[in-house]
Amino acid sequence: MLKHSLRGALVASLVASLLSAPVAAQELTGTLKKIKETGAISLGHRESSIPFSYYDDKQQVIGYSHELMLKVVDALKAELKLAKLDIRLLPVTSANRITLVQNGSVDLECGSTTNNTERQKQVSFSNTIFVIGTRLMTKTNSGINDFPDLAGKNVVTTAGTTSERLLRKMNEDKQMKMSIISAKDHGESFLTLETGRAVAFMMDDALLFGEMAKAKRASDWVVVGTPQSYEAYGCMLRKDDPAFKKVVDNALAKVMTSGEAEKIYAKWFLQPIPPKGLNLNFPLSTAVQTIYKSPNDKAFD
Amino acid sequence: MAYNWNWGVFLQPTATGDDSTYLDWMFHGLQMTIGLSLSAWLIALLLGAVVGVLRTVPNRWLSGLATAYVEVFRNIPLLVQLFLWYFVMPELLPEDLGNAFKQSNPIVQQFLSSMVCLALFTSARVAEQVRSGINSLPPGQKNAGLALGFTLPQTYRHVMLPMAVRLIVPPLTSEFLNIFKNSAVCSTIGLLELAAQGRQLVDYTAQPYESFIAVTIAYLLLNVVVMSGMRWVEVHVRVPGYIGGK
Repeated sequence: MLKHSLRGALVASLVASLLSAPVAAQELTGTLKKIKETGAISLGHRESSIPFSYYDDKQQVIGYSHELMLKVVDALKAELKLAKLDIRLLPVTSANRITLVQNGSVDLECGSTTNNTERQKQVSFSNTIFVIGTRLMTKTNSGINDFPDLAGKNVVTTAGTTSERLLRKMNEDKQMKMSIISAKDHGESFLTLETGRAVAFMMDDALLFGEMAKAKRASDWVVVGTPQSYEAYGCMLRKDDPAFKKVVDNALAKVMTSGEAEKIYAKWFLQPIPPKGLNLNFPLSTAVQTIYKSPNDKAFD
Repeated sequence: MAYNWNWGVFLQPTATGDDSTYLDWMFHGLQMTIGLSLSAWLIALLLGAVVGVLRTVPNRWLSGLATAYVEVFRNIPLLVQLFLWYFVMPELLPEDLGNAFKQSNPIVQQFLSSMVCLALFTSARVAEQVRSGINSLPPGQKNAGLALGFTLPQTYRHVMLPMAVRLIVPPLTSEFLNIFKNSAVCSTIGLLELAAQGRQLVDYTAQPYESFIAVTIAYLLLNVVVMSGMRWVEVHVRVPGYIGGK
């Protein structure tokens, strides 16, 4: 009896040591090593990408992407067996996000960053967390229904986005004689639209609904037009760090396939959200459903 | 750090299909920076000279007004002033005029707002240089002018200003350099000057270091040219017998 339980304990401890062995024995490298050694992770977030990553009225970072990023942090904590993992939050902009990831200021950035092949030369992307289409926001009574209606008009978009690129290309290719205003962030783009400087604002559809949620009267605005492109949002991390990427990807895949992601989606896109308690009413698209079912890190371009 | 250097990026055709290269974008940006800074500098010099003179006149109302002007434009951050000119000003104009401005070509709007903003901000600083130049003259010069039968404006025109302006060339050089550097602020309202083109290059090519290094060199070259030009002026107008003069 005693012998048996002894042997049982021995086997159990052997199994336990075998199970934990891969983590203990394998030398940690790159970002995982840095996190383990410093007990801290530096996260990049956006300031006005509603509802992905933005400040609420108490200046706390919230949003769909941010919540997913915190899930990844939980997974990292478990993976590295850390009792405590300090989170350092660093606001990033469209213009500086790639540099900050590269130079080590930011370990992981989940916001509204499109995964494309150009950026893949500099940074690495996690599993896709969202899929958007690029469309237009305009005043309800502006008479703008689709992109051809923009010919000869002032149109605003945010600097450094794929929309800016598409709009300029469209202007060249179709000789539309649009005047394109590039504002520095989504908030300023909307201000440009709201003050009548531009008749339409081209941007990722989810962000357009997000801007609507901030407007004085949401019913004054509509999102129209055929999507000009579909884009995959991913979390950015440093290139050539497969161990870290694997942990991030697995954490995201687990959230997506377990159905948890759908709940997070519903919280940010189908229920009232801060700051104004507006409901975006942005139904779950088939594209997003597909990435939830089979998570992957493919860019669309 | 794992960075993928690619200096050839400047010769690549741009992704917008307007058959120009990224280097052309940088040149357009440089032209915009030079055009904006020079036009704003001209206005700033004229306005600054007038305001600076007014700050030293005996009339309390006039000098008070000039002081208020200087304090307002010198003490509000440049970025805030720019947003006031670009976003707030059109809303304060009569509605028709404001709408006409807002519907006009965005580049014209951005350029005008930036030019006015930079010009007024810099004029307040130029005014201070002009005032200190005038105040640095021995009081005997003004008195001598008046004693000779000149009116006060004539004394300024023929005696004090010709001296004062020559004394303030070195500090004016700093202001002239500043206006080029300050013009980068205008990228925040979407004006595609040098800094904005640099940022745009990053967005389109994901090559931040090449882009920022190129922008840095362009500003540096620009300022070296301005500095040598002003140095030439300085040498040619300096007052014999004064500091730096022969």
